[in-house]
Amino acid sequence: MIIQVENLHKQYGELEVLKGIDCTVDDSEVLCIIGPSGSGKSTLLRCMNLLESVTSGRVVVNGHDLTDPATNINQVRSEVGMVFQRFHLFPHKTVLENITLAPTVVRRAERKAAEEQARALLEKVGLTDKADVYPSKLSGGQMQRVAIARALAMNPKIMLFDEPTSALDPELVGEVLQVMKDLAREGMTMVVVTHEMGFAREVGDRVLFMDQGVIMEEGTPDQLFGSPSNERTQAFLEKVW
Amino acid sequence: MSGGLDLDWGKAIDALPFLLEGLVWTIIIAVFGLLFGFLIGLAAGMAKTSKKLWLRGTASFYIEIVRGTPILVQAIWLYFGFNQLLMGMFHFRVGEIYAGIIVIAINAGAYIAEIVRGSIQSIDKGQVEAGRSLGMCERQTFFHIVWPQAFKRMIPPLGNQFIISLKDTSLLTAISVGELLRHGQEVVANSFNAFEIYTLVALLYLSLTLVISRVLRVVERRLSVH
Repeated sequence: MIIQVENLHKQYGELEVLKGIDCTVDDSEVLCIIGPSGSGKSTLLRCMNLLESVTSGRVVVNGHDLTDPATNINQVRSEVGMVFQRFHLFPHKTVLENITLAPTVVRRAERKAAEEQARALLEKVGLTDKADVYPSKLSGGQMQRVAIARALAMNPKIMLFDEPTSALDPELVGEVLQVMKDLAREGMTMVVVTHEMGFAREVGDRVLFMDQGVIMEEGTPDQLFGSPSNERTQAFLEKVW
Repeated sequence: MSGGLDLDWGKAIDALPFLLEGLVWTIIIAVFGLLFGFLIGLAAGMAKTSKKLWLRGTASFYIEIVRGTPILVQAIWLYFGFNQLLMGMFHFRVGEIYAGIIVIAINAGAYIAEIVRGSIQSIDKGQVEAGRSLGMCERQTFFHIVWPQAFKRMIPPLGNQFIISLKDTSLLTAISVGELLRHGQEVVANSFNAFEIYTLVALLYLSLTLVISRVLRVVERRLSVH
């Protein structure tokens, strides 16, 4: 078990976004989280690297208890890659510099070694020719693939994806999903918040359906998509499927 | 000349060396005033984005006072008012050139603080999250990610402030700083060629601000390669 969430609550003032979440992620597992917008799925994901503070409960990632104030959160984050809906590439840096920044700054990697690794990652995501280009010259799909390479440059044990294809034009979704599929096949532990039901079904080992801050149903893709037992899951899947 | 007006540009040319001497002082005061003003503005602007309330409060207090009072009043208050206090207590006063530099620095600092704050806060929060999610600490994220982007956005408003402060130095004539306008007034007092002299004075200010605009445009273009 590489991620363990126990009775997690998250509140913004009066508004309770997460109402006692329990879930686990196993090593090399691909967990997909689906659900309507406002269900708290992105918040749950963001609690897994403490981009969102935890109101109460416990989140243990890779052996570190994130709710323990003594935990070095930068250390934990350097082992957990994150991919955002809107990419958040650094616009003032070239593609290569985007990828080498964290390894050189956080890990004090040699510039040459970091660049070599960055080029290997670019090859992996199919963007070898874009190394010296600035992000503004890329398409959305290319930006997201660079963002994935940037996260992978820290050699994370876990990758978190926050609706990685939701900001993309439909014709660009496939290239990003393909990179994610390759990652899953290599055994990367992945938590993916997504609206891509096809991806969840094909690549996910397990699927969580969230609504109104609670996990309504969880199971294998076949169970959840094939014969959902919860009414809300059925209603949701009918709408999006 | 028609209308009985007798313009004498020769006298204005004769006065040019004296005016240029004033211009040099204008430049010196503007350069040092803006240099210190930039440092003050940087500190106050960063303080305004701080999480610490007392830092934010102190910076706001400074900015409100400076922005809420005319720079001419600030200059006169410092040079005549505050100097009287200093004289009474320490038998010491701030000379007019130093007073001029201090006024420009404190005044520009308040406006630059707002430029710095605005630029830093205009950077998308996602940039910080991307940096932090990669394991970079707050300081690393600021210096590698936020600051370089914010600085680029500061250039146009900073250039604007430079031009404003440069022109504001002419107000220092009220505290007898020997800058460009003051030298113009002195020439006019002796020769009475007010139109020619003040035209020349205005043209000298204009040429300075045009140079600044030109330089800034080049800097902006250099920085906007991506």
